[in-house]
Amino acid sequence: MATQTNTIAGACVDAGGSALGMPQLCAEWMPNQIFWLIVTLIAIFFVMSRIALPRIGAVLAERSGTITNDIAAAEDFKNKAAEAETAYEQALTDARAKAQEIIAKAKAEIQADLDVALQKADAAIAAKAAESEAAIGEIRDSAIKNITEVATDTAKELVLALGGTADATTISAAVNARMKG
Amino acid sequence: MTQVAIEPETKGGLVFHPLDQFIVKPAFGDGAVNWYTVTNLTVWMGIILLAIFAVFVLGSRGRAIIPSRVQSIGELMYGFIYKMIEDITGKDGVKYFPYIMTLFVFILFANFIALIPMSYSPTSMIAVTATLGFGSFVAITILGFVKHGASFLKLFWMSDAPLFLRPIIAVIEVISYLVRPVSLSIRLGGNIAAGHVVLKVFAGFAALAVASPAAILGIIAIYGLEVLVAGIQAYVFTILICVYLKDALHPHH
Repeated sequence: MATQTNTIAGACVDAGGSALGMPQLCAEWMPNQIFWLIVTLIAIFFVMSRIALPRIGAVLAERSGTITNDIAAAEDFKNKAAEAETAYEQALTDARAKAQEIIAKAKAEIQADLDVALQKADAAIAAKAAESEAAIGEIRDSAIKNITEVATDTAKELVLALGGTADATTISAAVNARMKG
Repeated sequence: MTQVAIEPETKGGLVFHPLDQFIVKPAFGDGAVNWYTVTNLTVWMGIILLAIFAVFVLGSRGRAIIPSRVQSIGELMYGFIYKMIEDITGKDGVKYFPYIMTLFVFILFANFIALIPMSYSPTSMIAVTATLGFGSFVAITILGFVKHGASFLKLFWMSDAPLFLRPIIAVIEVISYLVRPVSLSIRLGGNIAAGHVVLKVFAGFAALAVASPAAILGIIAIYGLEVLVAGIQAYVFTILICVYLKDALHPHH
């Protein structure tokens, strides 16, 4: 500060270049300040009103327009997605119903086949059983006949051996009577 | 220490000239400061203009839908002031938007650029702030009379107050109306000038080894405060202009 030369000394500045009182109140400088302030303000006003503000206003308007459009488009897409979801749900329900139907049909078919097969099997079993019964009956008959024969012969031989005589009819009648008893 | 401050020349260490930063001097060469002289104030006014041009014109030259950083600063200020005018003065105040925006960006940029070390702060000069304050006041008052003629004076006549109180209220209202530009200009100039003086005083103490850590911490703290003050004063000035403009447009409460 002390090195500053006394070149701007006036009513408001001392010989050392320091302020005398408040520089704010120095009337000598005020016209200068006011003049340059007004020049600057006019320049700023033209920069703002001619270039900056219309441009920024346009950008902001354009942006809000874009955002509005985008929101509308998004709303559209959302609706479409909801529609697609409904259609999908519908398709799923239909598919389920159809599947149930197919399952029921298949079950019925299988049941019918099963019934037929069972009947066939039953019939076959019955036939087989009847056949077997017949065979068993035959075997039993022949067995009884054989036994009767053997019994009659044995009885005749016994009577002969014991010294008696016996006619065939009496012996067979006796054997038959015994067999029944 | 105060004694040292009072007699700086004899001790040679501490020199306080906190007001020297406000001296207006020719930027080129020497001589008297005439009204047309290009001074340090002119240079800084030019820098303010260039900064405003850079932010608002160069920053937005891309006209991008997705803004660049500088463009979004401009858009932020645009939206802030636009909304302020719309909220306070209503839809019909919007056509004064460029004028209010000019005031706001000038004060804001002047306040912030003045915080650059070694810079000059135009908004600390009462001649500058008084021109802003009285200029706006006169313009708004003329606007009020042009819009409403003599019925603009109903602004001072409280029709819902008791009859015998109305003249008294009218006198008080007129006085408070006339004080508006004074308070506008002194509030802005005083705040900015005081902040810069305090910074300079702390800087003076920083030359003293014992006090310098505290002084430097003090400078940092005050600087932070001044950053707040720079923004707040621009905001306050602008919002008061909006309120006064509302009175001029709708004087019937």
